[in-house]
Amino acid sequence: MNKSMTTKDIIKKGLLAGLTVLSLNLIGFIALLGERELIKGWFTLGHVFLLATPVAIAYLTTNKMEAEGKVKPLGIGFVIGAIAALPSVLLVYIETTTDLRQFLANVSPALTELLTFGQGVTVGSVLLILLFGLMSAFAAFISILDEKISKPLVTAFAWTLGLATFSEILLIRVRDLFGRGVAKAIFSGKSLNPISAILLFALVMGITIWWSKNGASYKEKIANVTPAKKKQMTQGKSILTMLVILFLPLILGSYLTEVTNNVGLYILMGLGLNIVVGFAGLLDLGYVAFFAIGAYVMGVLTSQGALGLDIGFTFWTALPIAVITSTLFGIMLGIPVLGMRGDYLAIVTLGFGEIIRVIAVSDVFKETLGGAQGILQIPKPDFFGIELVQPGQLYYVVLGAVLLAVFIATRLRDSRLGRQWMALREDEDVAEAMGMNLVSTKLMAFATGAAFSGLAGAIFASKLTSIFPHSFNLIISINVLSLIIVGGVGSIPGVFAGALILVGLPELLREFAEYRMLIYGVLLIVMMLFKPEGFLPDKSRKRELNPDDDLGLAEN
Amino acid sequence: MSIILSTRNVTKRFGGLVAVNSFEIDVKENSISSVIGPNGAGKTTFFNCITGFYTPTEGEIILDGKEHIEGLRPDQVTLKGISRTYQNIRLFSKMTAIENILVGEHRHLKTHWIEAIFKTKNFLKEEEEALEEAIRLLNFVGLNGLGDQVAHNLPYGAQRRLEIARALASKPKLLLLDEPTAGMNPNESIELMHFIRRLRDEVGITILLIEHDMKVVMGISEEIWVMDFGEKIAEGTPLDIQRNPRVIEAYLGSGAASGLDLGKGE
Repeated sequence: MNKSMTTKDIIKKGLLAGLTVLSLNLIGFIALLGERELIKGWFTLGHVFLLATPVAIAYLTTNKMEAEGKVKPLGIGFVIGAIAALPSVLLVYIETTTDLRQFLANVSPALTELLTFGQGVTVGSVLLILLFGLMSAFAAFISILDEKISKPLVTAFAWTLGLATFSEILLIRVRDLFGRGVAKAIFSGKSLNPISAILLFALVMGITIWWSKNGASYKEKIANVTPAKKKQMTQGKSILTMLVILFLPLILGSYLTEVTNNVGLYILMGLGLNIVVGFAGLLDLGYVAFFAIGAYVMGVLTSQGALGLDIGFTFWTALPIAVITSTLFGIMLGIPVLGMRGDYLAIVTLGFGEIIRVIAVSDVFKETLGGAQGILQIPKPDFFGIELVQPGQLYYVVLGAVLLAVFIATRLRDSRLGRQWMALREDEDVAEAMGMNLVSTKLMAFATGAAFSGLAGAIFASKLTSIFPHSFNLIISINVLSLIIVGGVGSIPGVFAGALILVGLPELLREFAEYRMLIYGVLLIVMMLFKPEGFLPDKSRKRELNPDDDLGLAEN
Repeated sequence: MSIILSTRNVTKRFGGLVAVNSFEIDVKENSISSVIGPNGAGKTTFFNCITGFYTPTEGEIILDGKEHIEGLRPDQVTLKGISRTYQNIRLFSKMTAIENILVGEHRHLKTHWIEAIFKTKNFLKEEEEALEEAIRLLNFVGLNGLGDQVAHNLPYGAQRRLEIARALASKPKLLLLDEPTAGMNPNESIELMHFIRRLRDEVGITILLIEHDMKVVMGISEEIWVMDFGEKIAEGTPLDIQRNPRVIEAYLGSGAASGLDLGKGE
């Protein structure tokens, strides 16, 4: 990166990587991931995360050092990697001589086994240092390679590792869709077998190289087609997308559809909070309250258990009532906090979220809300007499709600109200001086946000058939807020990206769920450093030079 | 010529500090007039009283000789037809230039958000007209082609102009400009002064300026009020003001030799 890279700098970076690896070891993250084998007999996800830090640091350090020849960057990479292995080697020695488990529960023989590749302490340590050094040198090598070669390499690695990570789920899908024989050929046990991994690697690399050679000419061809044809192509694309969305449960199978439904509910909440926080800039930390209210209204109205009102409400008749109740609560919360800004608003809304949860738990309302036992026997949604039980059926309820929310959020964003919200976010005083009524503008944001969340809550209650107060913790509010930040504050596609990353991923990898907060933290820090505007930030609309009224819909 | 805005005995106290003391002005319709005074004289506080950011402790602010606007909220004052710019530019910095102007048009947009959800004809027509008007204003302030730029990416002078365009978007009767030339070099200042005159002549609105740089206002103001420590110390035509010994004293300190170029200010 810079020419004055001194020995001290290199050692510093190596130690930084080493300490990161050490702490990942100490908290048990690596050992846990070590149970997930990626490629049969080769390596586990634990190894990937073990090496990720030194490899990344070596890559970033030597990036664009091609001017200094081939040997020096490789050397630097190797040294960084080797130094990064030292703290872990030390850990292995300590573990084999003393039992640390009463202080550090996760420093176990299993970890030592993983770190030494089962080769004993001495040989294993040498191997570990060599592996760290070589992999980091390899990262340095990639960093100085021409992009034409490095890009396909990195892409192929990423795809192979990614697919191998999810092999357990893929295995089930391949077996269900293509039969046991195909599954056996590709996977061994729950992991990818080495031959299919190599083939996959080669395939991705081949495609990437082919695309880098021929992609430009195709892009040019597409850019040069007649407007009529272009329109056809976009139409074709949207029809294809619609078909995929429509038949997604068939493609995904029931487990992945269940995950998708959960992600969908978070998307729904995200879209709502995105209006409050992203558009209007009102930091609301008690957002889970409206989710809870929606769920409890659905529960009380439709439950067939002792707590249900039993006055003939079905899912569909209770749904609007749940949404309206949440909306009213949204306005009720909005009124006292109208004059508050920033931190004060955050604290008060945080309190409101807790109040709702405490009310749900409390004995005072035990008769109606069930206290800590919650509400049971909530019927699943029905559709013309068919009870929607399967995830594949519930999917369409969630899908409908998400589409409705996206539609409303997009239309509002592109209207006068949307501009009012954004002006409010940018400068409240000046917004008021533009002649807008701050009270109604703010209340509209709170109300719309609460309505989406209430809708999500009502579907959640019916989907789970039982609700408990502890499902409505502060952590839900934080999850939703984090997914908005990760996706890009104020961006509707960003909500989807954020929900997939922060909710979908941990559901697919149970190991990640246990370290959810750690991953959130790391992800947020990385984001703030490299992509502070989020993964899918909102594009500002072009209006003067290429006014395109449909842009708002096309990008979703 | 009728009086569009008059203030009577307007006083603003912050605790023991009297920021504005019985300040009285009468702004003639379709004129360009200025409130000037050294830094910290209370000019912006006076503006804030007019535009509803502050409620005056005492006094009356009368629009068009009949309507009392003291104590109204900023949005209500805007609806009455007064709009303003800010000393330290306060654009909606992450929105594009066009969007800034569109927000400024708020006062004249009427469609309900439900119409926006269903994209009714009415809504589309209003949005289209609003966009046309925004582009017209953008061109009027000379920012052609910069409409899709995010406001904070615009150069300083363009930001000042955009703020004026945003203020004009509400079609005000009276435009208050708070130190519009702050941070500009002499050439840019002169250019802006020409623009302000054009604004009055072509759009036909009344303009009230705040300035502490006297050279700027002397050229274009028809009437000037001088403020020092919250009080009005002089009023009259630019010529009267230039000769007024109290003004010279306020700007240069007591005992300053007469005949110094006031334009150099502080």
